[in-house]
Amino acid sequence: MNAIVFSALWGVVLMFVGAFVKSRGSVKYIAIAGAILGLVLSGMELYSGLPLFNIDKTDMLRTGNFSLTFICIVYICTLVLFLLNGKDFEKIGNHVAEYFALIFFVLCGVSLCATFDTLLLLFLGIEIMSIPLYILTGSEKSNLKSNEASLKYFLMGAFSTGLLLMGIAFIYGANSNGSFYLEHIQPGKEHLTVMMTVGIVFMIVALGFKVSAAPFHFWTPDVYDGAPTVITSFMATIVKVGGFIAFIRLFEGSFGAIQKDWQILIVILTVLTLLIGNITAIFQQSVKRMLAYSSIAQAGFMLLAIFALNGPAKEGLLIYSAAYSLATIGIFAILIKLNDYTIDGFNGLARKEPVMAFAGALFLFSLTGIPLTAGFTAKFYVLLAALQNGHYQWLVVVAVLFAATSAYYYFRIIQAMYFKEPAENRVFTDEKIPASFKFMLLVTCALILIIGAYPEIIIGWLYH
Amino acid sequence: MGTFITFPELLVWLPFLAGILCFFIKKENAVRQIALFTTLIILAVSVASLAYTGKEYYAYNNVVYYWLKYLGASLYFGLDGTGKLLTLLTALAYPLIFASSYRKNIKDASSYYGLMLLCMSGIMGVFVSMDALLFYFFWELALIPAYFLCSRWGAERRIQTTFKFFVYTFAGSLLMLIGIIFVYLHTPARTFSDGTFVSHSFVIDSFYQAVLTPNQQNWMFWLFFLAFAIKMPVFPFHTWQPDTYDQSLTPTTMVLSGIMVKMGLFGVIRWLFPLFPQASEHFSKIVIILCVAGMVYASLLAMVQDNLKKLVAYSSIAHIGLMCAALFAMNEISVKGVMVQMFSHGINIIGMWMIVEFLERKVNVRKMSELGGIANKAPVLTIFTVLIVLANIALPLTNGFVGEYMMFSGLFIYGKWYAIAGLVCIILAAVYSLRMVRQIFYGETSPASANMTDLGIYEKLVFTIVIVAIFMIGIYPEPFFELTKEAVKILMLKAI
Repeated sequence: MNAIVFSALWGVVLMFVGAFVKSRGSVKYIAIAGAILGLVLSGMELYSGLPLFNIDKTDMLRTGNFSLTFICIVYICTLVLFLLNGKDFEKIGNHVAEYFALIFFVLCGVSLCATFDTLLLLFLGIEIMSIPLYILTGSEKSNLKSNEASLKYFLMGAFSTGLLLMGIAFIYGANSNGSFYLEHIQPGKEHLTVMMTVGIVFMIVALGFKVSAAPFHFWTPDVYDGAPTVITSFMATIVKVGGFIAFIRLFEGSFGAIQKDWQILIVILTVLTLLIGNITAIFQQSVKRMLAYSSIAQAGFMLLAIFALNGPAKEGLLIYSAAYSLATIGIFAILIKLNDYTIDGFNGLARKEPVMAFAGALFLFSLTGIPLTAGFTAKFYVLLAALQNGHYQWLVVVAVLFAATSAYYYFRIIQAMYFKEPAENRVFTDEKIPASFKFMLLVTCALILIIGAYPEIIIGWLYH
Repeated sequence: MGTFITFPELLVWLPFLAGILCFFIKKENAVRQIALFTTLIILAVSVASLAYTGKEYYAYNNVVYYWLKYLGASLYFGLDGTGKLLTLLTALAYPLIFASSYRKNIKDASSYYGLMLLCMSGIMGVFVSMDALLFYFFWELALIPAYFLCSRWGAERRIQTTFKFFVYTFAGSLLMLIGIIFVYLHTPARTFSDGTFVSHSFVIDSFYQAVLTPNQQNWMFWLFFLAFAIKMPVFPFHTWQPDTYDQSLTPTTMVLSGIMVKMGLFGVIRWLFPLFPQASEHFSKIVIILCVAGMVYASLLAMVQDNLKKLVAYSSIAHIGLMCAALFAMNEISVKGVMVQMFSHGINIIGMWMIVEFLERKVNVRKMSELGGIANKAPVLTIFTVLIVLANIALPLTNGFVGEYMMFSGLFIYGKWYAIAGLVCIILAAVYSLRMVRQIFYGETSPASANMTDLGIYEKLVFTIVIVAIFMIGIYPEPFFELTKEAVKILMLKAI
């Protein structure tokens, strides 16, 4: 609850900062302070179990260790993003404070998605998360691609919102309690009515849009490619895992008992997402677009957690959120600094910028799932969860074969960085890479290695 | 010592630390010296560990740290007979590799030696892991330095070739990961010595007690076996191997072919047989047919190779095929033979690569047709080469004979046609190996080999060590049987 109130408040604070503070450079420090404060407040709530504010008079929210751990992970990732790329927000346009303000509003939506206990708040959470993003995507006003992306995202988003609302309406109508609470809408084991089925299918489709699961992924590559790269980095990581947390909380809270009825739909989504994400990623020449498809591919793995819906699945989703977000934010941070976004643009980076290349290689190892990185632990947990579930065990084999495929496109960047020669007089970056940026990259690497070797630091919070 | 630090820890951490250290030293000569010196220390540790075998030295060879305890995993290092055999091979091979390439001009030597040592640490880890998750960790971590070693240094097509190698092995190991998790979910509950209760565990004893239906065993068998088969490699999963050996730097190839392929065989001995005894027996015929087919196929291809490195690569496939077939024949004599042969093959193949390496450095040609008449120029090299080749085709008194004789006996018990097909390969091996010797060392002196010179005193020393090892094992293999006696006995009990 701390996080919901705080992030909304801090967003407002940042808007005022935009009006009153003249120096653009100082805005990012306020945003960084906000991310730290948010982390501290959520950490306090996780530690003590007591929120500072009690806004929830009618029990429409449910905070538990799971939600709070997730919110902490989100704040840590946001903080890492700000520390790595805070300066790059200034390149988007003139309204730096507003961009940060909108990001804090998105965080408010993500926190709602992690704590809702009724369908109404789920809807609010998803919308609060999406609407600022439509603006952020189009924030590079003079760039045609950015405008196109924004419009596309808005139209698709509105469509999926409609489906979500319709699904909520059907589910509301189907249960006899006349209630939106998750525990009240649970359908009975025997009679799954037509209305309920339609409602659940609509929910899966709508949430599938939000987490860009195939075949509802068509907006993703264009939007991620068109949006300013810092925003893409934020959108592909924190917002996406926000969608997943809403997904798992809804299905665990309401439809866990009838898992076998909807499981086949998730299986189809998973296979399609893995297939389309991985195969299309292989053919990309632009790293930014490749990362867009890789985010679809990784979503396929996270869908395995929704498929399994058991203890390890929840732990796995938490670790996956952290692992995937940190590694993706890291690789985007390196990409932002480069002039050339094609894979050849990475040629010979190791010679010129050994720290950036090392960090990049580690992030890519983590995305591939090499042991001792967080990515491995994450994949390990979701595989464990899916196998423990006991149904559709071939799905796991499909998943790891696609994980091996993903090595193909991730390692192409490593090959470019380490084994290829740069073109004559190649200039990688216009600006000088500051030492603080390299230091932050190494900190991110350390985080990934720590989560990889000691996932207890995330899992432990769930049980204490 | 036992309570302070144990042998397996030393074997894993020493190369790891030295490897990290190497990255930060910029002086090439210093790096070479550190690398060679460290591997000699590791060899000393490994030899010392041989003196401490037996139940009374349990504390010297086994150590457990807690790690991922709530999952039932732990950092459990243990050194048993098979482990000692293979760690000794690794510890002996590395100084030989470093010594034989000591004069080689390698660009960016600090990274090269650093990665070589990290790779060594990973391989050692595979041999001493007594926990399935840990085993998987090291299995993958040995691959990453190898990937960099093969892609960064070597011939022009190295990047694509290595990539194939990497994706192949990575896919194999991920399938094994599924197998590991699946077996894990069927292990009994366990209480760790500090009282932690876990419902499943990755510790090797728990894995051995896992309860699986025959049908599950069959599936799991293939998931594990694919990973091992790709690593060995067994026909038809071998396609990455000849190109990778050809394109990498020869010292790298020595590691890959001398030691890393043993990881596959070791995996079969340590994990596959004890975990799925019925399935292993059930599928032994298919595996043996694949192995024997691969032997014939590789031997025939080796006959027509003009590229020296590819010839050695194909002959290695044939040898590994025989070892794998003998392993799956699953009788005592063949398994004993495999144990000795794993060691001997490592020594012999490294000897072969040392010859290739020396020729490459002196005349920079690897096509056999361009060489000839080197015997006049380099008589000592010729003698050493002939000896190593004879060991490679398993002449009596050499180490190759001991293992291959026993393996053939075992294979003969299993089914005589397999043994006969295998024997044909031995004859083919004699044909292509001797043809190679003739072409390179005898006949007219070709222009390319005109400025060949003989081995220096330093190289002579290195080759002498190899030759001594070949004859020592050939004449007196008893210590190796003694070392692996326990492991073979357990394996036979499990398998039947």
